[in-house]
Amino acid sequence: MVINNPKVETEALNFYYGATQALFDVSIRIPEKKVTALIGPSGCGKSTFLRMFNRLNDIITGTHHKGRVLVDGEEIYNNHVNLVELRKKVGMVFQKSNPFPKSVFENVAYGPKIHGIKESSKLMEIVERSLKAAALWDEVKDRLSSNALGLSGGQQQRLCIARALAVEPEILLMDEPASALDPKSTSRIEDLIGELRKNYTIVIVTHNMQQAARVSDYTAFFYEGNMIEFDTTEKMFTNPGNQQTEDYITGRFG
Amino acid sequence: MENQIKDRIILWLIRLFFYFIVAIVGYIIFDIVYNGLSTLSWEFITGFPRRSGAEGGIFPAIVGTAYLVFGAIIVALPLGMASAIYLSEYARTGRFTSLVRLAITTLAGVPSIVFGLFGLGLFVIFFGFGASILSGSLTLSFMILPTIIVSSEESLRAVPMSLREGSLALGASKWQTIYKNVLPNALPGMLTGAILGIGRAAGETAPILLTVAAFYLPRLPGSIFDQVMALPYHLYVLATQHPEAEKVLPMQYGTALVLLLLVIIFNLGAIILRNHFRKKIQW
Amino acid sequence: MKNWKEKIIRLLLVASASISILIVLSIFLFLGKEALPFAFDPGLSALWGTRWIPVSFKEELFGLLPLLTGSILVTVLATAIMIPFGVLGAVYIAEIARGPERDILKPFIEILTAIPSVVIGFFGLVVLSPIIKNIFHLNTGLTALSGAVLLALMAIPTVISISEDAIRSVPKSYKEASLALGAKRLQTIFSVIVPAALPGIIAAIMLGIGRVIGETMVVLMVTGNAAKITFNPMSSVRTMTATIAAEMGEVAFGSHHYRALFWVGIILLLITFGLNVIAQKVLKRYRTVE
Repeated sequence: MVINNPKVETEALNFYYGATQALFDVSIRIPEKKVTALIGPSGCGKSTFLRMFNRLNDIITGTHHKGRVLVDGEEIYNNHVNLVELRKKVGMVFQKSNPFPKSVFENVAYGPKIHGIKESSKLMEIVERSLKAAALWDEVKDRLSSNALGLSGGQQQRLCIARALAVEPEILLMDEPASALDPKSTSRIEDLIGELRKNYTIVIVTHNMQQAARVSDYTAFFYEGNMIEFDTTEKMFTNPGNQQTEDYITGRFG
Repeated sequence: MENQIKDRIILWLIRLFFYFIVAIVGYIIFDIVYNGLSTLSWEFITGFPRRSGAEGGIFPAIVGTAYLVFGAIIVALPLGMASAIYLSEYARTGRFTSLVRLAITTLAGVPSIVFGLFGLGLFVIFFGFGASILSGSLTLSFMILPTIIVSSEESLRAVPMSLREGSLALGASKWQTIYKNVLPNALPGMLTGAILGIGRAAGETAPILLTVAAFYLPRLPGSIFDQVMALPYHLYVLATQHPEAEKVLPMQYGTALVLLLLVIIFNLGAIILRNHFRKKIQW
Repeated sequence: MKNWKEKIIRLLLVASASISILIVLSIFLFLGKEALPFAFDPGLSALWGTRWIPVSFKEELFGLLPLLTGSILVTVLATAIMIPFGVLGAVYIAEIARGPERDILKPFIEILTAIPSVVIGFFGLVVLSPIIKNIFHLNTGLTALSGAVLLALMAIPTVISISEDAIRSVPKSYKEASLALGAKRLQTIFSVIVPAALPGIIAAIMLGIGRVIGETMVVLMVTGNAAKITFNPMSSVRTMTATIAAEMGEVAFGSHHYRALFWVGIILLLITFGLNVIAQKVLKRYRTVE
């Protein structure tokens, strides 16, 4: 499989928590405006890998890495890289929904405000557009000023997606976005991912194989810090090239 | 069977020890309130002392304590909050951080009279502020700094990491994240610490003994370079230095009650504030 | 642009955090500065004497021993009272008291830490010392014992609260293992839980002792302030803290007496500093073991 002009790319990436190595020589080329799923048993390094793309591992003390991470062909672990610009471009949705203890409106407007947008009409427009894109607008349009912590779990997670969309990212990282949700909310999130793939490059971590099969175009299988295999989702799930991948996908371990 | 009875007796003995302490605390509060209540009046609180405190009120001492506490808190609060933010959000484990922590626990253990000596040496003499509100406030502010730092850091650490990550992932800078997303959620806890600090500063005698307090000064201060009376020192003077200490007992009880009420109100306020916000914010 | 702002803020925060270090250093510095000349004239050996008579027409004497023994006597007595009450109180709160009883009584006892020491001293003066005077048929109730009782009382909430933490952090499995072996509740408490929590309890007692040694107003008001070497609990004594508080107000700046009082302060500072550092070390090791 050959991928030209990847949106995100790593070359021989190694990552360490202190003396413990969490990623081993991972090289991947993630295509633009597709959904790429990262799968593997818990502790295999897939979430750590995801957090490399917006440099969120930087905030954990005692970590370091070797190798290269490129977004749009540019090394992002570079002293003169503007973290603000990078994280604006690379949005993220977390495993456990983490709305700020503010109103629905303030949650979505948080990013744009940080990046200097002040006029309320402009903010309102962004909030509405983002909430619509996250398929949440109809449910919350009458209570934009109530506290986000009052929303249901599924709504909170879609609010977090809307919040990420509001800063107009090009890439959306999703770290097991539906793992804490009920089946109905999960399927709404999956539908939403289907919509968002048209405009965004999405990288999603999941330990739910069916979910990976349903939503993604490409799949990478991680095991003990190594990327074992990376291919189109179709190929991975029908005819994997590696025995370990097959064992995992067919549920023999993990 | 015999063993069981022995166990029972020991259990009751432990209970007795514990309730003995409870009873003493109760008795101290009861004694001060019961005896002080008859002195407490509008005139006592708003009036000026006469005949070196044997008659009249304690207004200048209340005002003096208010000035000192206010001065202490406007210095200690920003410093303490900033230190706590550094320790919770920026500090990495290393020599500087452990030195800061050692300094804070050391400060917390310095006897209050030693703070008084220090204030005397540094502010009164070296900086030449003399015995004044300024010297006293600064001395008190150093004394309550550890209280404020420790409780502020605790409340900052109670803010979940996910809020910081969520904000950083949106492209907010570190300070934007702290200022807009961490501080607002930690503020109630920080205020609780500040209130506890105020309560402590209001009741301290030893540090102000050497840096500010006036024996008898029945007027209000004109500037921060003036001496003032203060409630705890006034009680000490009335109880031990007054020529007719026995006769002014009601005045002593009245002053003790005002002081007791003051610190209890501050502490209750802090507890209520803490519980209120603990209930309101559920992660 | 933004990076600049971030760097300045970081710098300000580091500076604020450094101030605690600066304050501790300058406490040592300024106490030392005022005390040092005494080392040359009349010399430190003057402090090593049995009589403290700082104001005299004949010969001024700055022997610290009576003050030191005064502090030691009061502290030892207070510690002896504080340990049983503090430890049993902690056992009661952590292992015996239930729901509402604990929720109400624990904060109630903690009010003690909030009551200003001058109020406690006042209570001692007008209520406790007459009682002690009558019980023991003394000429005055202003004794080392009176001070020790009040100081113990003030330190007990600290001892209870830190010991309680230590008792609570004993792994549940210890307790369950002991109970499963058929041990009774009290046996379990005193032969398993308290020994396991002992380092924490010791640290709690040390912090309590630190409070007792450093406390000023109570001893100033109720121990009678007689500077003599004695180990009789019914005698009046004068502690180091009370000496500073009582005499600094009337002393001439720069006199021998003035400088000797700063030496008293330095000794106090070193003692409490040492106690604190050791207690923190014990607590820290204890917490990392968990």
